[in-house]
Amino acid sequence: MEFNSNKAIYLQICDAICEQILSGGLLPDARIQSVREYGADIGVNPNTVMRSYEKLTNEGIIYNKRGIGYFISPDAREITLHRLRNEFMENELPKIVKRMKLLGIDASVFKEV
Amino acid sequence: MISIENLGFSYGEKPVLKNITMTLEEGKIYGLLGENGVGKTTLLTLLCGLKNVKTGSIDVDGHVPYKREPSFLSDLYYLSDEVPEVNMKATDYAKNYGKFWEKFDITKFQEIMGIFENDPEQKMNRMSFGQLKKTYISFALACNCKYIFMDEPTNGLDIPSKAQFRKAVTKYTGEDSTLLISTHQVRDLENIIDPIIILDRQDVLLNASIAEISEKLYFDYSNERKDGALYSEMIPGGSIQVYPNTSGEESKVNIEALFNTVHLHKELVKGIFHK
Repeated sequence: MEFNSNKAIYLQICDAICEQILSGGLLPDARIQSVREYGADIGVNPNTVMRSYEKLTNEGIIYNKRGIGYFISPDAREITLHRLRNEFMENELPKIVKRMKLLGIDASVFKEV
Repeated sequence: MISIENLGFSYGEKPVLKNITMTLEEGKIYGLLGENGVGKTTLLTLLCGLKNVKTGSIDVDGHVPYKREPSFLSDLYYLSDEVPEVNMKATDYAKNYGKFWEKFDITKFQEIMGIFENDPEQKMNRMSFGQLKKTYISFALACNCKYIFMDEPTNGLDIPSKAQFRKAVTKYTGEDSTLLISTHQVRDLENIIDPIIILDRQDVLLNASIAEISEKLYFDYSNERKDGALYSEMIPGGSIQVYPNTSGEESKVNIEALFNTVHLHKELVKGIFHK
Protein backbone atom coordinates (compact mmCIF):
# COMPACT_ATOMS: atom_id res chain seq x y z
CA MET A 1 0.00 0.00 0.00
CA GLU A 2 1.24 3.46 -0.82
CA PHE A 3 1.01 5.83 2.13
CA ASN A 4 1.37 9.41 1.13
CA SER A 5 -1.19 11.61 2.73
CA ASN A 6 -0.40 13.39 5.94
CA LYS A 7 -2.80 11.32 7.96
CA ALA A 8 -1.68 8.87 10.60
CA ILE A 9 -1.11 5.43 9.07
CA TYR A 10 -3.85 3.77 11.10
CA LEU A 11 -6.35 6.29 9.74
CA GLN A 12 -5.16 5.67 6.18
CA ILE A 13 -5.78 1.97 6.70
CA CYS A 14 -9.33 2.79 7.88
CA ASP A 15 -9.84 4.85 4.73
CA ALA A 16 -8.59 2.04 2.50
CA ILE A 17 -11.05 -0.40 4.07
CA CYS A 18 -13.89 2.11 3.76
CA GLU A 19 -13.08 2.64 0.08
CA GLN A 20 -13.25 -1.11 -0.47
CA ILE A 21 -16.62 -1.26 1.24
CA LEU A 22 -17.97 1.48 -1.01
CA SER A 23 -16.58 -0.03 -4.18
CA GLY A 24 -18.17 -3.37 -3.31
CA GLY A 25 -14.88 -5.17 -2.77
CA LEU A 26 -15.90 -5.98 0.79
CA LEU A 27 -19.48 -7.10 1.29
CA PRO A 28 -21.54 -7.33 4.49
CA ASP A 29 -20.58 -10.23 6.74
CA ALA A 30 -17.43 -10.91 4.74
CA ARG A 31 -14.48 -11.80 6.92
CA ILE A 32 -11.56 -9.43 6.67
CA GLN A 33 -7.95 -10.49 7.05
CA SER A 34 -6.53 -10.91 10.51
CA VAL A 35 -4.48 -8.08 11.94
CA ARG A 36 -1.29 -10.02 11.33
CA GLU A 37 -2.09 -11.09 7.76
CA TYR A 38 -3.12 -7.61 6.78
CA GLY A 39 -0.06 -6.11 8.46
CA ALA A 40 2.20 -8.54 6.60
CA ASP A 41 0.52 -7.74 3.28
CA ILE A 42 0.97 -4.01 3.57
CA GLY A 43 4.20 -4.04 5.59
CA VAL A 44 2.76 -2.39 8.67
CA ASN A 45 3.13 -3.19 12.37
CA PRO A 46 0.19 -5.42 13.48
CA ASN A 47 -0.45 -3.10 16.42
CA THR A 48 -1.15 -0.29 13.95
CA VAL A 49 -3.65 -2.45 12.06
CA MET A 50 -5.20 -3.35 15.42
CA ARG A 51 -5.80 0.35 16.09
CA SER A 52 -7.54 0.68 12.71
CA TYR A 53 -9.76 -2.33 13.42
CA GLU A 54 -10.62 -0.97 16.85
CA LYS A 55 -11.62 2.35 15.38
CA LEU A 56 -13.75 0.75 12.66
CA THR A 57 -15.37 -1.47 15.30
CA ASN A 58 -16.24 1.55 17.42
CA GLU A 59 -17.80 3.19 14.39
CA GLY A 60 -19.88 0.08 13.70
CA ILE A 61 -18.28 -0.53 10.30
CA ILE A 62 -16.82 -3.90 11.24
CA TYR A 63 -17.55 -6.29 14.08
CA ASN A 64 -15.52 -8.84 15.98
CA LYS A 65 -16.48 -12.46 16.52
CA ARG A 66 -14.40 -13.57 19.41
CA GLY A 67 -11.80 -16.11 18.38
CA ILE A 68 -12.86 -16.04 14.72
CA GLY A 69 -12.00 -12.62 13.42
CA TYR A 70 -13.36 -9.38 12.10
CA PHE A 71 -16.30 -9.06 9.70
CA ILE A 72 -17.97 -6.29 7.72
CA SER A 73 -21.14 -5.04 9.42
CA PRO A 74 -24.47 -5.41 7.60
CA ASP A 75 -24.91 -1.62 7.52
CA ALA A 76 -21.25 -0.84 6.88
CA ARG A 77 -22.02 0.78 3.55
CA GLU A 78 -24.43 3.37 5.00
CA ILE A 79 -22.11 4.22 7.87
CA THR A 80 -19.15 4.51 5.51
CA LEU A 81 -21.04 6.70 3.07
CA HIS A 82 -22.06 8.96 5.91
CA ARG A 83 -18.49 9.05 7.23
CA LEU A 84 -16.90 9.84 3.88
CA ARG A 85 -19.54 12.43 2.97
CA ASN A 86 -18.91 14.23 6.22
CA GLU A 87 -15.21 14.08 5.63
CA PHE A 88 -15.62 15.43 2.13
CA MET A 89 -17.71 18.33 3.36
CA GLU A 90 -15.43 19.13 6.28
CA ASN A 91 -11.99 18.56 4.81
CA GLU A 92 -11.85 18.03 1.09
CA LEU A 93 -14.41 20.56 -0.11
CA PRO A 94 -12.91 23.50 1.81
CA LYS A 95 -9.54 22.67 0.21
CA ILE A 96 -11.08 22.63 -3.25
CA VAL A 97 -12.83 25.93 -2.57
CA LYS A 98 -9.61 27.45 -1.29
CA ARG A 99 -7.74 26.25 -4.36
CA MET A 100 -10.44 27.58 -6.67
CA LYS A 101 -10.24 30.98 -5.01
CA LEU A 102 -6.45 30.97 -5.37
CA LEU A 103 -6.71 30.16 -9.07
CA GLY A 104 -9.65 32.49 -9.69
CA ILE A 105 -12.00 29.74 -10.83
CA ASP A 106 -15.70 30.46 -10.53
CA ALA A 107 -18.18 27.94 -9.06
CA SER A 108 -19.97 27.93 -12.41
CA VAL A 109 -17.39 25.41 -13.70
CA PHE A 110 -19.27 22.70 -11.79
CA LYS A 111 -22.12 23.02 -14.31
CA GLU A 112 -19.69 22.39 -17.15
CA VAL A 113 -18.23 19.34 -15.43
CA MET B 1 8.98 -7.51 30.12
CA ILE B 2 12.48 -6.13 30.05
CA SER B 3 13.39 -3.57 32.70
CA ILE B 4 16.58 -1.60 32.46
CA GLU B 5 17.44 0.53 35.46
CA ASN B 6 20.14 3.15 35.70
CA LEU B 7 22.30 1.11 33.42
CA GLY B 8 25.86 2.23 32.93
CA PHE B 9 28.62 0.75 30.82
CA SER B 10 32.07 1.79 29.75
CA TYR B 11 34.89 0.44 27.62
CA GLY B 12 37.84 0.93 29.95
CA GLU B 13 37.81 4.58 30.90
CA LYS B 14 35.48 5.50 28.09
CA PRO B 15 31.86 5.65 29.27
CA VAL B 16 29.35 4.59 26.64
CA LEU B 17 26.00 4.28 28.34
CA LYS B 18 25.00 6.18 31.43
CA ASN B 19 21.79 6.35 33.46
CA ILE B 20 19.75 4.37 30.98
CA THR B 21 16.32 3.51 32.37
CA MET B 22 13.52 2.05 30.32
CA THR B 23 11.09 -0.84 30.00
CA LEU B 24 10.28 -2.92 26.94
CA GLU B 25 6.91 -4.63 26.78
CA GLU B 26 5.75 -7.86 25.19
CA GLY B 27 4.26 -8.04 21.72
CA LYS B 28 6.01 -4.98 20.39
CA ILE B 29 8.57 -4.21 17.73
CA TYR B 30 10.83 -1.53 19.13
CA GLY B 31 13.00 0.65 16.93
CA LEU B 32 16.25 1.65 18.63
CA LEU B 33 17.62 4.83 17.15
CA GLY B 34 20.60 6.96 18.06
CA GLU B 35 23.56 8.73 16.53
CA ASN B 36 26.74 6.82 15.76
CA GLY B 37 28.58 5.78 18.88
CA VAL B 38 25.82 6.33 21.44
CA GLY B 39 25.92 2.64 22.35
CA LYS B 40 23.07 0.93 20.50
CA THR B 41 25.10 -2.19 19.76
CA THR B 42 26.54 -2.14 23.28
CA LEU B 43 23.01 -2.04 24.68
CA LEU B 44 21.96 -5.02 22.56
CA THR B 45 24.97 -7.06 23.66
CA LEU B 46 24.23 -6.19 27.29
CA LEU B 47 20.63 -7.32 26.86
CA CYS B 48 21.65 -10.71 25.55
CA GLY B 49 24.33 -11.24 28.21
CA LEU B 50 27.45 -10.96 26.06
CA LYS B 51 28.65 -8.15 28.31
CA ASN B 52 27.98 -7.28 31.91
CA VAL B 53 26.64 -3.98 33.16
CA LYS B 54 29.05 -1.76 35.11
CA THR B 55 26.28 -0.13 37.10
CA GLY B 56 22.53 -0.55 37.34
CA SER B 57 20.62 -3.63 36.27
CA ILE B 58 18.79 -5.44 33.51
CA ASP B 59 15.90 -7.75 34.30
CA VAL B 60 14.34 -9.85 31.54
CA ASP B 61 11.26 -11.54 33.00
CA GLY B 62 13.24 -12.42 36.11
CA HIS B 63 16.45 -13.34 34.29
CA VAL B 64 19.72 -11.49 34.60
CA PRO B 65 21.12 -11.74 31.05
CA TYR B 66 24.78 -11.97 32.09
CA LYS B 67 24.07 -15.18 34.02
CA ARG B 68 23.39 -16.72 30.61
CA GLU B 69 21.06 -19.43 31.88
CA PRO B 70 20.21 -21.95 29.14
CA SER B 71 16.47 -21.45 29.66
CA PHE B 72 16.95 -17.74 28.97
CA LEU B 73 19.33 -18.13 26.03
CA SER B 74 17.08 -20.64 24.27
CA ASP B 75 14.35 -18.02 24.24
CA LEU B 76 16.56 -15.26 22.84
CA TYR B 77 18.14 -14.55 19.50
CA TYR B 78 20.67 -11.83 18.83
CA LEU B 79 21.38 -11.01 15.22
CA SER B 80 24.56 -8.99 15.07
CA ASP B 81 25.46 -6.60 12.31
CA GLU B 82 28.22 -8.87 11.07
CA VAL B 83 27.33 -12.47 10.40
CA PRO B 84 29.75 -15.36 9.90
CA GLU B 85 30.16 -17.04 6.52
CA VAL B 86 29.86 -20.71 7.30
CA ASN B 87 30.97 -23.50 4.99
CA MET B 88 27.55 -25.14 5.11
CA LYS B 89 24.32 -25.19 3.16
CA ALA B 90 21.79 -22.83 4.73
CA THR B 91 19.34 -25.64 5.38
CA ASP B 92 22.01 -27.78 7.08
CA TYR B 93 23.08 -24.83 9.19
CA ALA B 94 19.46 -24.33 10.24
CA LYS B 95 18.96 -27.99 11.12
CA ASN B 96 22.18 -28.19 13.12
CA TYR B 97 22.10 -24.90 14.97
CA GLY B 98 18.32 -24.80 15.32
CA LYS B 99 18.70 -27.47 18.02
CA PHE B 100 19.93 -24.82 20.45
CA TRP B 101 16.57 -23.07 20.31
CA GLU B 102 13.77 -25.15 21.74
CA LYS B 103 11.03 -23.71 19.54
CA PHE B 104 13.02 -23.59 16.31
CA ASP B 105 10.84 -24.45 13.32
CA ILE B 106 12.58 -25.62 10.14
CA THR B 107 9.44 -25.24 8.02
CA LYS B 108 9.18 -21.64 9.10
CA PHE B 109 12.85 -21.15 8.20
CA GLN B 110 12.18 -22.42 4.70
CA GLU B 111 9.07 -20.28 4.33
CA ILE B 112 10.92 -17.12 5.27
CA MET B 113 13.80 -18.04 2.97
CA GLY B 114 11.07 -18.32 0.33
CA ILE B 115 9.78 -14.83 1.07
CA PHE B 116 13.33 -13.57 0.57
CA GLU B 117 13.74 -15.66 -2.60
CA ASN B 118 16.84 -17.14 -1.00
CA ASP B 119 17.97 -20.65 -1.91
CA PRO B 120 18.28 -22.80 1.26
CA GLU B 121 20.43 -25.32 -0.61
CA GLN B 122 23.14 -22.77 -1.26
CA LYS B 123 26.34 -22.81 0.78
CA MET B 124 26.53 -19.86 3.12
CA ASN B 125 30.12 -18.95 2.26
CA ARG B 126 29.10 -18.70 -1.39
CA MET B 127 26.32 -16.22 -0.69
CA SER B 128 26.50 -12.48 -1.22
CA PHE B 129 26.46 -10.34 1.94
CA GLY B 130 22.76 -9.59 1.45
CA GLN B 131 21.82 -13.23 0.89
CA LEU B 132 23.79 -14.26 3.95
CA LYS B 133 22.06 -11.60 6.02
CA LYS B 134 18.67 -12.79 4.80
CA THR B 135 19.58 -16.35 5.78
CA TYR B 136 20.34 -15.20 9.33
CA ILE B 137 17.18 -13.10 9.48
CA SER B 138 15.17 -16.16 8.42
CA PHE B 139 16.95 -18.21 11.07
CA ALA B 140 16.36 -15.57 13.75
CA LEU B 141 12.62 -15.46 13.09
CA ALA B 142 12.33 -19.25 12.80
CA CYS B 143 13.74 -19.65 16.33
CA ASN B 144 10.35 -18.45 17.67
CA CYS B 145 12.06 -16.69 20.53
CA LYS B 146 10.41 -14.41 23.00
CA TYR B 147 13.23 -11.87 22.68
CA ILE B 148 14.75 -11.01 19.35
CA PHE B 149 17.41 -8.33 19.12
CA MET B 150 18.61 -7.23 15.70
CA ASP B 151 21.47 -4.88 14.97
CA GLU B 152 21.00 -3.04 11.67
CA PRO B 153 19.21 -5.98 10.00
CA THR B 154 18.43 -4.15 6.77
CA ASN B 155 22.05 -3.15 6.13
CA GLY B 156 23.17 -4.66 2.88
CA LEU B 157 19.70 -5.75 1.77
CA ASP B 158 18.70 -4.89 -1.77
CA ILE B 159 15.57 -2.89 -2.55
CA PRO B 160 13.03 -5.75 -2.86
CA SER B 161 14.41 -7.39 0.28
CA LYS B 162 13.44 -4.43 2.42
CA ALA B 163 9.75 -4.92 1.75
CA GLN B 164 10.25 -8.65 2.20
CA PHE B 165 11.88 -7.97 5.54
CA ARG B 166 8.88 -5.94 6.69
CA LYS B 167 6.56 -8.73 5.60
CA ALA B 168 8.62 -11.45 7.29
CA VAL B 169 8.86 -9.53 10.56
CA THR B 170 5.15 -8.72 10.76
CA LYS B 171 4.08 -12.19 9.73
CA TYR B 172 6.50 -14.33 11.69
CA THR B 173 7.04 -12.76 15.08
CA GLY B 174 5.08 -14.25 17.91
CA GLU B 175 2.33 -12.23 19.51
CA ASP B 176 4.10 -12.12 22.85
CA SER B 177 7.61 -11.58 21.47
CA THR B 178 9.65 -8.47 22.06
CA LEU B 179 11.68 -7.32 19.10
CA LEU B 180 14.33 -4.68 19.43
CA ILE B 181 15.78 -3.48 16.17
CA SER B 182 18.59 -0.97 16.08
CA THR B 183 18.75 0.97 12.85
CA HIS B 184 19.80 4.05 10.96
CA GLN B 185 17.70 2.98 7.99
CA VAL B 186 14.48 4.39 9.39
CA ARG B 187 12.85 4.55 5.99
CA ASP B 188 13.31 0.80 5.57
CA LEU B 189 11.45 0.20 8.79
CA GLU B 190 8.92 2.99 8.82
CA ASN B 191 5.47 1.61 9.72
CA ILE B 192 7.10 -1.43 11.30
CA ILE B 193 8.87 -0.09 14.33
CA ASP B 194 6.53 1.07 17.07
CA PRO B 195 7.41 2.13 19.78
CA ILE B 196 10.42 4.27 18.98
CA ILE B 197 13.36 4.58 21.35
CA ILE B 198 15.86 7.36 20.82
CA LEU B 199 19.06 6.85 22.71
CA ASP B 200 21.58 9.47 23.67
CA ARG B 201 24.90 8.96 25.39
CA GLN B 202 23.61 9.99 28.79
CA ASP B 203 19.98 9.36 28.43
CA VAL B 204 16.93 7.83 26.82
CA LEU B 205 15.54 10.79 24.92
CA LEU B 206 12.34 9.08 23.88
CA ASN B 207 10.54 5.78 24.38
CA ALA B 208 7.05 6.22 23.01
CA SER B 209 4.55 4.51 20.76
CA ILE B 210 3.59 6.01 17.39
CA ALA B 211 0.15 6.68 18.86
CA GLU B 212 1.65 8.71 21.71
CA ILE B 213 3.99 10.54 19.35
CA SER B 214 1.20 11.59 17.02
CA GLU B 215 -0.86 12.63 20.03
CA LYS B 216 1.90 14.89 21.32
CA LEU B 217 3.61 16.11 18.17
CA TYR B 218 2.04 17.29 14.95
CA PHE B 219 3.82 16.65 11.64
CA ASP B 220 2.75 19.22 9.10
CA TYR B 221 3.48 18.48 5.45
CA SER B 222 1.74 21.53 4.03
CA ASN B 223 3.34 24.59 2.52
CA GLU B 224 2.06 26.97 5.12
CA ARG B 225 4.60 28.28 7.55
CA LYS B 226 3.42 28.83 11.05
CA ASP B 227 5.18 30.08 14.14
CA GLY B 228 6.44 27.79 16.82
CA ALA B 229 7.84 24.95 14.71
CA LEU B 230 10.21 22.78 16.72
CA TYR B 231 11.79 21.57 13.52
CA SER B 232 11.39 22.25 9.86
CA GLU B 233 12.94 20.80 6.80
CA MET B 234 12.43 21.60 3.14
CA ILE B 235 11.48 18.65 0.97
CA PRO B 236 10.54 18.55 -2.72
CA GLY B 237 7.05 19.92 -3.00
CA GLY B 238 6.92 21.54 0.42
CA SER B 239 8.28 21.02 3.87
CA ILE B 240 7.96 18.94 6.97
CA GLN B 241 7.36 20.94 10.09
CA VAL B 242 7.02 19.55 13.57
CA TYR B 243 4.91 21.31 16.21
CA PRO B 244 3.64 20.40 19.64
CA ASN B 245 0.20 18.94 18.92
CA THR B 246 -2.37 21.41 20.16
CA SER B 247 -5.37 20.50 17.99
CA GLY B 248 -5.47 16.78 18.79
CA GLU B 249 -5.38 15.93 15.09
CA GLU B 250 -3.26 12.86 14.37
CA SER B 251 -0.72 13.15 11.60
CA LYS B 252 1.67 10.71 10.04
CA VAL B 253 4.86 10.42 12.08
CA ASN B 254 7.99 10.98 10.03
CA ILE B 255 10.74 9.22 11.93
CA GLU B 256 13.64 11.22 10.51
CA ALA B 257 11.95 14.48 11.36
CA LEU B 258 11.09 13.07 14.78
CA PHE B 259 14.71 12.14 15.40
CA ASN B 260 15.93 15.59 14.45
CA THR B 261 13.26 17.28 16.53
CA VAL B 262 14.18 15.24 19.57
CA HIS B 263 17.85 16.07 19.13
CA LEU B 264 17.23 19.78 18.76
CA HIS B 265 14.94 20.00 21.79
CA LYS B 266 16.01 17.27 24.16
CA GLU B 267 14.60 18.72 27.37
CA LEU B 268 11.49 20.20 25.81
CA VAL B 269 10.54 16.91 24.16
CA LYS B 270 11.16 14.99 27.35
CA GLY B 271 8.87 17.43 29.12
CA ILE B 272 6.14 16.96 26.52
CA PHE B 273 6.29 13.18 26.81
CA HIS B 274 6.57 12.92 30.57
CA LYS B 275 3.45 14.92 31.22
